[in-house]
Amino acid sequence: MSAISRDDVAHLAELAHIAMSDEELERMAGELDSIVDAIASVSEVAGENIPATSHPIPLQNVFRDDVVGQTLTQEEALQNAPDAQDGRFKVPAILDED
Amino acid sequence: MSTEATVDFDEALTRYDPALGFEVHIELNTKTKMFSDAPNEFGDLANTNVTPVDLGLPGTLPVVNGKAIEYSIKLGLALNCSIAESCRFARKNYFYPDNPKNFQTSQYDEPIAFEGWLDIELESGRVIHVEIERAHMEEDAGKLTHLGGADGRIQGAQTSLVDYNRAGVPLVEIVTKPILGVGADAPELGRRYVSAIRDIVKALDVSDARMERGNVRCDANVSLMPKGSTTLGTRSETKNVNSLRSIERAVRHEIERHAAILDAGESVVQETRHWHEDTRTTSSGRPKSDADDYRYFPEPDLVPVVTSRERVEEIRATLPELPAARRARLQVDWGFSDEEFRDIVNAGLLEAIEETVAAGATPAAARKWWMGEISRLAKDTEKEATELGILPADVVEIEGLIAGKKINDKIAKKVLTAVAAGEGRPGQIVEAKGLAVVSDDGPLLAAIEDAMAGAPDVVEKIKAGKVAAIGALIGPVMKATRGQADAGRVRELVLQKLGVQG
Repeated sequence: MSAISRDDVAHLAELAHIAMSDEELERMAGELDSIVDAIASVSEVAGENIPATSHPIPLQNVFRDDVVGQTLTQEEALQNAPDAQDGRFKVPAILDED
Repeated sequence: MSTEATVDFDEALTRYDPALGFEVHIELNTKTKMFSDAPNEFGDLANTNVTPVDLGLPGTLPVVNGKAIEYSIKLGLALNCSIAESCRFARKNYFYPDNPKNFQTSQYDEPIAFEGWLDIELESGRVIHVEIERAHMEEDAGKLTHLGGADGRIQGAQTSLVDYNRAGVPLVEIVTKPILGVGADAPELGRRYVSAIRDIVKALDVSDARMERGNVRCDANVSLMPKGSTTLGTRSETKNVNSLRSIERAVRHEIERHAAILDAGESVVQETRHWHEDTRTTSSGRPKSDADDYRYFPEPDLVPVVTSRERVEEIRATLPELPAARRARLQVDWGFSDEEFRDIVNAGLLEAIEETVAAGATPAAARKWWMGEISRLAKDTEKEATELGILPADVVEIEGLIAGKKINDKIAKKVLTAVAAGEGRPGQIVEAKGLAVVSDDGPLLAAIEDAMAGAPDVVEKIKAGKVAAIGALIGPVMKATRGQADAGRVRELVLQKLGVQG
């Protein structure tokens, strides 16, 4: 049974801001489907007594002291910006208005 | 922007019951950001309080600020919440230019604090028990400046500029459960709830709590249900209502707007609304339909935060006295009635009076001057009583001058007016303006002798027992002392001099 439809992929592509052709959507639906199947087989093996893992290393409470460190200069911060103005990153209009 | 139909507030409440929910964001006042060691400072040169982590540059890794965790736990405890034994951060994925990583590091199903409550007292004395669902940790976004639109609004803007100094500043988001049954008190509850949170974070000193700087920001959820119904209506979420007065107005406006939609037989659209202070209305933002599309997942770059029960108790022990407990204690200490005390709180003069008492005044005197003459002066000049420039120490000084019989209540009012006008402190003003009541008998006796010499007939009358004739002497004495003689004392001295019984 197919878990990932072409529409699902189109929706995800939109959320992820990735332009995809019809052909790519079809192909990706199939590929993602096999990945989901592979993951599902892991879920089958893991019983209820095995907690979900979000991090492979058994660490906790990695904290930093509240002490100011080295910052970038404004020039460094803006160095890779496609466009800048008044010491700020310049971006295209945010709202889609006609 | 089209003006939408509204129904008069009181009328709306005859047909509908409002349900409220608030999301309050608190910017913590740690020295550094949530996940980087960049300074957490307001107002610095744009894009200078940033590290590669704050700009979301490839290859960077976040590290949690331990102080921010401690502050979040403190705040959770002050909101009567349980503290999670273990919790994680999660990525909330969305694209917006103020968010350089294209995800916000937040918490999803494991908030650090949950299931708390706050009791909010309204002006009428009614107490609303507000249940808090959760308080979770996250990071703030950068600041956008919109160019090319009207009044710097995003609508109609051609381009926007981004300053990431605020990106990554630690936030705690406090979310209430739906608040039902408040009726016409809904707008006031909104204002007082946010005000209570602000007072708490101030008392804890975990935030600068300056609303005008965005340290405390509120999203207000409002929905209506027909009277008698128990099913919640569709809600709107008014974003970033950033003053106490605006919260009250925004809740009121949304109730009036929803009622008009429902009256017309239409459905409220679930969406975010933008608040406009100038027109006191809201306008539609983006629809909330993508609410479930943030694709939250556990943040792989951060490990769980585990808080032992011992640690929770350790932090609880450091909590200062909270505003509600402080108010209860002060009322008992000062011996004021519920009503007297509520008036003080409502007038926003609790702190001023507390400081005045601490500076040495009696509670009754502190209350008398702040709630009386100083409040009157404030009203006349359309200012807050605490903004007049009259200090707690001034009130104490005035009380001292009165107790020492240097001035009376009437002159004290003049002195307060002069203090508010920036003419100096009370003692200086009394001195400089020669306002002291003349109680030194020397100058008084001289003035009395002059007055008696100028009116021998009056003196004879008094000697003959017509004591009321003294009035004719008091006038000239007052004139000679520029009104600062104590009339009672003048009378005593005249009778004494003439050997007449009063």
